[in-house]
Amino acid sequence: MYKADVKEVFNQPSKMKQSEFLNTVMPFKDKLFRLAKRLLVSTEEAEDATQEIILKLWTNNEKIASYKSVEAFAMTMTKNYCLDRLKSKQANNLKLVHSNYTDENTSLQRQVEVNDSLNWMTKILNTLPEQQRMVLQLRDIEQYEYDEIAEMLDMKPTAIRVALSRARKAVREELIKKHNYGIG
Amino acid sequence: MESVKNIEKLLERYLEAETTIAEETRLQEYFAQEQIPAHLEEYRPMFQYFQIAKQERYTKEVPLKPGRNRSYLRWVSVAAVAVLLVGVYFNQQPQITSGNQFAALEEEYTQEEIQEAQMALAMFSKNFSKGTQGMTYLKEFERTTNKFLVNE
Repeated sequence: MYKADVKEVFNQPSKMKQSEFLNTVMPFKDKLFRLAKRLLVSTEEAEDATQEIILKLWTNNEKIASYKSVEAFAMTMTKNYCLDRLKSKQANNLKLVHSNYTDENTSLQRQVEVNDSLNWMTKILNTLPEQQRMVLQLRDIEQYEYDEIAEMLDMKPTAIRVALSRARKAVREELIKKHNYGIG
Repeated sequence: MESVKNIEKLLERYLEAETTIAEETRLQEYFAQEQIPAHLEEYRPMFQYFQIAKQERYTKEVPLKPGRNRSYLRWVSVAAVAVLLVGVYFNQQPQITSGNQFAALEEEYTQEEIQEAQMALAMFSKNFSKGTQGMTYLKEFERTTNKFLVNE
């Protein structure tokens, strides 16, 4: 009798919580990963960051229930975690160099051309300041509304629009340059 | 599907960050098609990239188990430390008083009596170990009997 009671107290609720937890976190885990990758650039580091965030959410899972939006909270955590990582990297002079463009010869094959321009896009986005990168990621790739982004990044919607407009224009400028090289 | 004029207008508003999500989706869909006017071609990589980037997945497994019992483990460790401390406390008790106990013995019994008791105990232990040795013979006996039994 007593043993059964103990089991109920200790095991069953946490099991329930685990499936519940997975149901809340799984739908947006890819978004966490993509934001982490946008900031950290390296896939491996982004994977580590995502795992770290999910584990942190799991250890705080009693608190999660009280948050209005777990997704927004998790995105904020990811942002903070990645910015911290970048800062400590800079402090250690280990900043990744991702602006080494090599002008690959343009192939006639369409598929290759697409891949080529995708690589270009990645490189262009990596040259943007972190804030613009995050805003562009959250809006153009994840398609969040402005008030959601405002909550995640702790920014005013007007500031988000300004950063986003700058980011979009910067990307366009780079693409026009690239396009003209391609033709000329 | 979309008129070029419309797209141009949308693009303008897009660059000013004035478009809605629905309008941005329309742009992404427009630039996914094969045939678009040459002067819009430079936008293609942008919108194509957005659509493809959305598909990237996080595929690694996250080991949730270690975190699961963490709060409960904390209490178990607290309990373990308490038990340990209690154990240490009670173990030390006889050591502290052993000197006093011996003194008490000397008070109660004469030196001779104590020596006699010690001798008796020594004899007891000697005989006891003899008995144990006898047990090993018995074991050997059993082993050999088993051998015969198994062989037959």
